[in-house]
Amino acid sequence: MPGKLKAKIVAGRHLPVMDRASDLTDAFVEVKFGNTTFKTDVFPKSLNPQWNSEWFKFEVDDEDLQDEPLQITVLDHDTYSANDAIGKVYIDIDPLLSCEAATVISGWLPIYDTIHGIRGEINVLVKVDLFNDLNRFRQSSCGVKFFCTTSIPRCYRVALVHGFVEELVVNEDPEYQWIDRIRTPRASNEARQRLISLMSGELQRKIGLKVLEMGGNAVVGYLQCFDLEGESGLVVRAIGTACTLDKLSPGTAPNTTTHTNTHTLPNTAPTSNACNSPSKDSKESPLAHGCRSTHNSPVHSTCSSQRLSHSQNFSVSVPTLVFTGMGSGGSVGKEAGPLKTLLRQHTQSALEQREFPIFTLTCFPPGFLVHVGGVVSTRSVKLLDRIHNPDEPETRDAWWEEIRQEIKSHAKALGCHAVVGYSESTSICEEVCILSASGTAAMLNPRFMREGCLDTGGSDHRLSRQPHPGMVGSERGEGEVSSTWLGFEDASPPSCGFVHIPYDEFNMPFPAQLTYCYHCRRQKVPDVLFTTIDLPAEAEVTGKGCLIQARLCRTKKKAQGEVNATSISNLLPFMEYELHTQLMNKLKLRSMNALFGLRIQISVGENMLLGLASATGVYLSALPAPGGIQIAGKTPSDLSYDQHISTMQKRIDDTIAKNKELYNIHPPKLFTLDPEAFTGLNTECIEEVVGSPIPDRQRSSRLFRSTSESSDELSELDLSHGKKDAFVLEIDDTDAVEDIQSLLTDAPIPAGFYSCNTEVMPGIHNWTSGLQMFTSVRVYRLSNANLTNQGLNKIFTDLCENLLKSLYFKLRSMIPCCLCHLNFTVAVPEEELIQVAVTAVAMSFDKETQQAADKALTRGSGENEEQLQFSMEMCGESTISNNQPTAKPSGVPESAMVHSSRAPSVDYGSFADRCSTWLELLRLKAHTIRRGSVKTSRRTQLLAHSVSSSERCSPLPEGRSRSLRSTRSLPCGAPVTVVKMTPLSFLPGTRIVKYLGIINMFFIRETTSLREEGGVSGFLHSFIAEVFAMVRAHVAALGGNALVSYSMKECVFMENPNKNQAQCLINVSGDAVIFIRESDQEAIPPLLTSRQTSSTGADGTT
Amino acid sequence: MSVELDVFVVNTTIMDEEVYQLWLDGYTVNDAVKVRMEGGVLEGCEASAEVLHSDTMDQYRTFQMCERLLHSPVKLANQLLFQIPPHRQVMLIERYYAFDSVFVREVLGKKLSKGTKKDLDDVSAKTGVTLKSCRRQFDNFKRVFKVVEELKGPLVENIRQHFLLSDKLARDYAAIVFFANNRFETGKKKLHYLTFQDFAFCAGQLISNWTVGALDNMVEDMDVDLEKEFLQDLKELKILITDRDLLDQHKSLVCTALRGKTKAFNEMEANFKNLSRGLVNIAAKLTNTKEVRDFFIDLVEKFIEPCRSDKWTAGDMRLYLTHYTNSAHVLDTFKHQVVWDRYMGVIKSCILKMYHD
Repeated sequence: MPGKLKAKIVAGRHLPVMDRASDLTDAFVEVKFGNTTFKTDVFPKSLNPQWNSEWFKFEVDDEDLQDEPLQITVLDHDTYSANDAIGKVYIDIDPLLSCEAATVISGWLPIYDTIHGIRGEINVLVKVDLFNDLNRFRQSSCGVKFFCTTSIPRCYRVALVHGFVEELVVNEDPEYQWIDRIRTPRASNEARQRLISLMSGELQRKIGLKVLEMGGNAVVGYLQCFDLEGESGLVVRAIGTACTLDKLSPGTAPNTTTHTNTHTLPNTAPTSNACNSPSKDSKESPLAHGCRSTHNSPVHSTCSSQRLSHSQNFSVSVPTLVFTGMGSGGSVGKEAGPLKTLLRQHTQSALEQREFPIFTLTCFPPGFLVHVGGVVSTRSVKLLDRIHNPDEPETRDAWWEEIRQEIKSHAKALGCHAVVGYSESTSICEEVCILSASGTAAMLNPRFMREGCLDTGGSDHRLSRQPHPGMVGSERGEGEVSSTWLGFEDASPPSCGFVHIPYDEFNMPFPAQLTYCYHCRRQKVPDVLFTTIDLPAEAEVTGKGCLIQARLCRTKKKAQGEVNATSISNLLPFMEYELHTQLMNKLKLRSMNALFGLRIQISVGENMLLGLASATGVYLSALPAPGGIQIAGKTPSDLSYDQHISTMQKRIDDTIAKNKELYNIHPPKLFTLDPEAFTGLNTECIEEVVGSPIPDRQRSSRLFRSTSESSDELSELDLSHGKKDAFVLEIDDTDAVEDIQSLLTDAPIPAGFYSCNTEVMPGIHNWTSGLQMFTSVRVYRLSNANLTNQGLNKIFTDLCENLLKSLYFKLRSMIPCCLCHLNFTVAVPEEELIQVAVTAVAMSFDKETQQAADKALTRGSGENEEQLQFSMEMCGESTISNNQPTAKPSGVPESAMVHSSRAPSVDYGSFADRCSTWLELLRLKAHTIRRGSVKTSRRTQLLAHSVSSSERCSPLPEGRSRSLRSTRSLPCGAPVTVVKMTPLSFLPGTRIVKYLGIINMFFIRETTSLREEGGVSGFLHSFIAEVFAMVRAHVAALGGNALVSYSMKECVFMENPNKNQAQCLINVSGDAVIFIRESDQEAIPPLLTSRQTSSTGADGTT
Repeated sequence: MSVELDVFVVNTTIMDEEVYQLWLDGYTVNDAVKVRMEGGVLEGCEASAEVLHSDTMDQYRTFQMCERLLHSPVKLANQLLFQIPPHRQVMLIERYYAFDSVFVREVLGKKLSKGTKKDLDDVSAKTGVTLKSCRRQFDNFKRVFKVVEELKGPLVENIRQHFLLSDKLARDYAAIVFFANNRFETGKKKLHYLTFQDFAFCAGQLISNWTVGALDNMVEDMDVDLEKEFLQDLKELKILITDRDLLDQHKSLVCTALRGKTKAFNEMEANFKNLSRGLVNIAAKLTNTKEVRDFFIDLVEKFIEPCRSDKWTAGDMRLYLTHYTNSAHVLDTFKHQVVWDRYMGVIKSCILKMYHD
């Protein structure tokens, strides 16, 4: 009996009218946990009941505490017939189980009904008294912290990274149980919501156990997904990275000081290891599968044969492409030095014992990431069948295991021992399921791993030295770190280390063009780099980045079972290949050389497959400048044809030039300085890279045969043009026409906007606090059933482009701004339907300082002046109001109104920020006082009381008016906390001071009166708004003022307009946090400073 | 290819004020798109009409969802569905409750009943305000009326607190409620020249001087009805016209004061008795609810029109009314000074406001 859960029902408000006769409601509340239920008294005839109940106490196992949600049901009492349910609130009490997270859940939560949506609010108080359980065989894992954030949370430092954790639970889907035929839609929806809540709880508990087993205390980059497999069941699976995190004391600035105390030690470790086996590694690197392709992209494929993994399960493993994006041609270079080999070995030993050296992190502590190889991804087509025994989810487990093994072997092929930025996804259509996984092959620093052989001593030392507070943050420490790193990384500055190739240049896994790093000139780098991770903070970038998308649509025949699965798996490699080509083309068109945050989604429908690849392109200063794009025709004799080609060529060249200007890409010319960079030029040889073992079996596969033809021409043309790694598009080739089409039809981004799908845009630093998170969903119906691939592609591309255009238009008031973390999800919910959902955050930045930073971007001087004036105005206003935030409360909205026509969002941003900061300080104070929480309860009661009393009776003239005024203009009096939401792991200009726990919510909404609710758009609009509202309310109840790392992982929409019905399922998650404004604390933003120094450093060196 | 579903939802609800106005004005989505196009909103953005349509639809949907909350603005502040910045909330409410003066002029003083609502299409045709907008404005009047009707305490303050309106707008609503409650006739042709603001000013005067709450703020009574006792007392003023001595005395006092100060002196002298009778008779009849309704028409017919035909200037009017009021104090047999001042104070300011072309 290790836990006591206590709940108190305070009040309700805005309840719906349940009794038509009196226009009132006789409400009472049922509080249920596990099998225990308590009830409040009936509060008769009120829409704003005051129950003010006693504390309901549940004495339960902590195992149940983790699994079960607290279920609160609000009902309308009816003397003669059954009581009518008004709605429910599920409260996940997991955040209360960790001593470092929230201590109490208290506040107004929306009462939700799956048929009617939000129906009023209820004020509750929930607390947990947890007793320590020292039982070694316990099944619970209370206290393990969970973070959706895929980087080390801001107020923690990482002591150890333990590695990959995964778990999967399956169950029958209540929607498909026999009982569903006789129960109401509401009962069915609620059963489903409850089940998923239970399963997520169980999943989290099991993962927590694994973390404890590994010796960790937290899961970072926690990614939980649902597979609605229909008839065959419901799968909830999660992956994450187990870590040991130490909380930073509030005074120390995170990140910069994180590693100060580790200096000197790792240095000694590798050197002692160095001589043991310096060259063994190169022979070890498993280069079993290599091949080549025309478009400079190595196509790395593993087992392409079909295999039946289980007797009853059909499964096709798809040949996988490894997107490293290498150039063509071999190159000569010097031996990289023994240290790399040594390092590799070192890491290898640290990682080798792991089953899966896989990390879900996308952003790393400095020094963690040593080298990056490229993207590795795997897809597998499976046929679903019923899950017979929910307690043994072995089939699904085996599927994923297989996939992870494959990922691991791909990484090995790239000479890497780990995979970072890893994620998994599925796409299900009827009984066919595509399982996908992707990540970035990388070499990691073993210092962060416990199992590091020689490093263990080091880490032990380090651990023992940790408690010295004097070391942390001292300048001396920092200085030493940098020198340590220099030594450790073979004197290459850390800013370019990660782009250096991890594989052996003589035994490259694929043909690639290597040059010496443009930054340090010591190590080899590839000409193009694709990754799934965020841009490392130390990376040097020239100019700005931009969102690059490749879109593809492929029709397929309708089929059943194995035939269907086979045809899908046959299509997949072609799709991946084409997506890759598109990405490459678009990257070159923008004159960039690296992709970050690459996500390739392939969705399966009954008669088509959709592929969408999104990434953020940048120009990494350490990589060579990309060549242009050459168009070539097969019949050069024809004059008009030539003309056509040259106009096309001109358009492309113009676009490239324009893009260079737009993204401010003006790399320094290095050719004269570094002749070695040219070594590859005359030795162009893409046909066969010497020493690259390409098995004949692979060469004969269809995929490569289809492209080999043009590859011949490519090399030929390359020589004739004499242009370094020019990218050739054949205009005769229908594919190429399509490529060119898609290249040139991409609409330019409007002035003042930037977009990326990574955490932040490289090249923009001075964010303001104005931010706006949004979700947009569109469903298109394809009217013409007999569309060709080209036609479909065009439609799909237009669809995505229009959606982006729409976003730019709607957010125009935030200019200058950047859409960050643009996350597209595509689905084929039905035949001839395409659904696209986008979630992102628009963040505005300060143009004035930005302009000072890069003058090249300024255009018309008139426009320029106007903007300058504008931002100065804003500054003036904000400083005034900052100086006296409470002096003239009524004046604030007015002054904001004056400017609102020009930039309402910015105005609000600063205003709201002040509000929330204010609230925050209050809350923080309350938090420290609370603990006992008697105070809190009384406070909320009072609040509830004052609200309800305002409802009908006449207020006193003076006092009331003052209180009302204050609710209108003064934030501290407002009963609703401003909760910011962002898909990023941080809020610009603020500091996260506390993580309150993970928010993971699943909602179902159904309607049988679709037309009355404004059609499908009206229905979904209000549902998404309701989901946002519920998330905000739960964050606020935990005491938070923001949700970071927010994501909408599932948005399944089904409609039946003929029956006037629709149903939608939404799953959202994120980390609830408390943030304070940076200006309130004296601390300097650590990330900002490090970035700024790195960028100035770049200016100095180049 | 057709767009089946298209939504855009933000965490902090942003609303385009221009689109909001179009929605309030009852424009259909297509018309609103047209207006926005003509307004040049697309200039500078590489966007098409399609984008504009989608944006307008999104905003219209948001407004529709917000409308329920706007019906009880206090809820808007503590609801959880939309996160709207406080100053935006103020804007939303203020605009939602704003009304067209042409429209209000049509329904001012009418009973806010279903019957009146049915006739709104005529009003719409006459005023050029869309029917949808007419309905919203009418419903607003009715809603405010219903809430305030039962409440005790000062009218303006009640409206401001329950609907979170600005002082100006709250006063206008007070006037509308006051007119609707007392059913003042405003639609007669002779009154057409008067604007809503004229009436609103008069209503303000009546509310703050002639109702129960006017004298004593602490009295917990309604503000929408005229004080019965006061109306009874007004009957006593009749002595000013029934007592011939008093009437002559009053006239000579006024004439003495006015002589040489105005060009219209002769007309004033000639008409004094008629005018005085007119004003005092209005006062005496106010106990009758039906006569209360004719208050404004009486003022115009009995006083303003004769003066206007005699070409009094506004200055003449002020001068005359000042002396007319003050002279009564000197009459020693006239004992109802307090009631007289309370009556004439309002009459004077109302007439001065109403005396224009």
